[in-house]
Amino acid sequence: MTVATRQTADPAPIVPAPDAPDAPDAPELREQPAEARGDERAARFIEARGLEKTFSGDGAPVLALRGLDLVVPEGTFLGVMGQSGSGKSTFLSILGGLSHPSSGAISVDGIDLYALGGEKLADFRREYLGFVFQSFNLVPYLTALENVTLPLAVKKMPSADKRRRALEVLDRVGLADRGGHLPGKLSGGEQERVAIARALVNEPPLILADEPTGALDTETTAEIMDLFAELHAEGNTIVMVTHNAEIRRYFDRTIVLRDGRLDGDGAADGRPMG
Amino acid sequence: MTLRTIAFANLRRRKARAAFLVAGLLIGVATVVALLTLSRSMTGEAEANLESYGANIVITPRAEDVALTYGGIDVGGVSVGDQGLDETDLERVRAIPAGGSIAVVAPELVGPVEVKGRRALLMGVDPTAQFALKRWWQIGAGRPPRDGRELVAGARAAEVLGLTMGDYVRIRGERFTVTGVLRPTGGQDDELLVAELADVQRVLGRPGELTLIEVAAAYSGAPVEEVVRQLSAALPAVEVSTVREAVASRLHAVDQFKGFSLVIVGIVVAIEILVVFLTMTGSVSERTTEIGVFRAIGFRREQITRLVLLEAVAAGVAAGVLGYAAGMAVSYAVLPFLAEGAPVSWMPLLGTAAVVAAVVVAGLAALYPALRAGKMDPTEALRAL
Repeated sequence: MTVATRQTADPAPIVPAPDAPDAPDAPELREQPAEARGDERAARFIEARGLEKTFSGDGAPVLALRGLDLVVPEGTFLGVMGQSGSGKSTFLSILGGLSHPSSGAISVDGIDLYALGGEKLADFRREYLGFVFQSFNLVPYLTALENVTLPLAVKKMPSADKRRRALEVLDRVGLADRGGHLPGKLSGGEQERVAIARALVNEPPLILADEPTGALDTETTAEIMDLFAELHAEGNTIVMVTHNAEIRRYFDRTIVLRDGRLDGDGAADGRPMG
Repeated sequence: MTLRTIAFANLRRRKARAAFLVAGLLIGVATVVALLTLSRSMTGEAEANLESYGANIVITPRAEDVALTYGGIDVGGVSVGDQGLDETDLERVRAIPAGGSIAVVAPELVGPVEVKGRRALLMGVDPTAQFALKRWWQIGAGRPPRDGRELVAGARAAEVLGLTMGDYVRIRGERFTVTGVLRPTGGQDDELLVAELADVQRVLGRPGELTLIEVAAAYSGAPVEEVVRQLSAALPAVEVSTVREAVASRLHAVDQFKGFSLVIVGIVVAIEILVVFLTMTGSVSERTTEIGVFRAIGFRREQITRLVLLEAVAAGVAAGVLGYAAGMAVSYAVLPFLAEGAPVSWMPLLGTAAVVAAVVVAGLAALYPALRAGKMDPTEALRAL
C-alpha cells in the first residue's frame, strides 16, 4: 500500500500495516482479530498527520482543518468539541472516509484511508465503520429492522443470518418489539436507538457519531449516552462530535477544535493528555 | 435483505411516486399493445374481406385476335391457337414456390352456344372452386352442377330462356338438366349458363382447353405481387394480371392505419422515456440524503446505480404486465367500432414483448439518473456530516 503524499513536509508518514488490505474487492477488510494486531497498532488505532482541508467555493478558500495531528488508541471514547465552523464535522467526515483531505493523511488500524483506490474506501466504510448521524438519517420507507439490516444488504451472507443479527442488535438497544415499525412511527429516542443499532450491526471496530443527541431531550440524551457508555465499556472505539458540554463526562478523552486547529486535548476530568 | 428488497420496499411504501412511474409506463404499453392488436385485427379482417371478393389474379391467354370481356375483365382471346391455356397449366400454377399462399384455383372455359334459338354464353367450371371463389353466386333454389350434363342458369339467362329448376335444355345436341338458377348479381354473371368444365369442353369441341384461370391468393401469405411474379415465370406464354383496384385501395387503407399506428407508437415510447427519466431524476434528487447514507455505510457506486435501475426495472415489469392486460381490454372495447365482427387477434409473443419493451424503456430512461446517483459525492449527499 502506498503512503499518502498530500501532507506537508513535516509530519512523519504513516507506516502502513503489513496486513493492511490492498484488494478489498474481497469484502472482509478485517483480516485479524484485535488481539493479534499488536500493541503498536492498537495504540495508534486512529492516526492523523498534518490533516488539512480547504473548501474552495465562489469566494475565498475556507480552511476547515489546518494541520491536525492526532493519535487515538483503540478502545477510546473520544469526544470532539468546538464551535460551529471549528472543523469537527470536517474531521469526522475525513475520518469516515467520506471526504478527501486537501493534504495530510489519516489511518485507521494501520490502513491509510485515502491511499485506498476506487471503491475500496466504500468497502472500508462497510467493514470498519458504524455511523450514527445527527438527524438519525433512517431510510423512511424501511422498517426499523430493515434499517438495521441495511449495512448487511450488500454483504454475501444468508438472509436468515442477516435478520438474526439485526434482531440481536435491536434487542441490544431495547427495541426488539419495534422492529416492524417505520421510522415515522418511532419517537426521537427510538429512532436514535435504531440508528445506533444500524451502526453496530456490522460489528465495526470504529463507531462515528455526529451530534447524536442534538435532537433529543435531556432524559433521552442520558439514555442514549448510557448506551454509548455501555458500548465503550465493551471495548468499542467511539468518536463523537458534539456541542453538548454536559455529555463530556462520558468521554474518556476530549479534543477541542478551534479554527481547524487542535485547541485542547484532555481527559474528561480536564487532565491534559498531551 | 438485498438491494432488491430495498428497491421493492421503496416502490411499495412510496406508493404515489411508484404509481406515477408505473402509470406512465402502463399507459404507453397499453397504447402500443392496443394499436398493434387493433392494427393486426383490422388487417386480418381486411384480408378476409379481400379474399371474399373473389380472385385477385387472372391468368389469360396471350391472344390478340378475338377479345371477350367478362366481368369487366379482359379475358383475352377465345380462339388463341398455340398461345391458349389448357388444364396442364393448372398443375404449374399449384407448383409455384408460393403455392401455399394460393387459396383457390378456378379454371374456366367460356364459349357462345345456341339455346332455344338464342345465343348464350356457356361457362365450364370446377363448381367447387368456382362457388368458393365467387361467394356472391347464390342459388335461390337448387344446387350447383355436379353429376354431369347439369347446369345452373344466371338470373337474366333463366328469364330470357325461360328456364327453371328441373328443366331440360339441349345444347349442341346434348341434353342438360337445369339444377338451379343464380340469384341476380347485377353483373355479367346473370347472362351465363354454368356447367361442369368437362361437359363444356366436350360440347364446345375444345377438350383440355381453358379460357382463363382465376386465382385467389391469400393476403395473409406471400405478397400478391410475388405470387404474380412466380406465376409469370411458371407460365411465360400467358398473361398474369392482378385485380388491382380492389387490392390496392383496401390494402392501402390498412397500410395507412399501420403507418399511423407506428407513428403513435414512436411518440408514446418517447413520452414514456421522458416520464421515467423525469420521475427517476426527481426521485434521485429527493433521495440525496438517503443515497448519502447508503454510501456512508459502505454501498459501492455500482450498487447505488443498480438499486435505482432495479426500481425502474421492477416498475417496468409491473407496467408491462398491467399494460398488456389494459391494451387487450382496450382492443376488445374499441375494435367493434373500427371493424364490426372482426375478432381480436391474440399475439402470444406480444405479451412477452410488452414486458421486455417496458423493462428496456424503463432501464434506458433510468440509466442517467441511476449513474448520477452512483456518482454522488457522499459528503454532498449527506449534509449531516
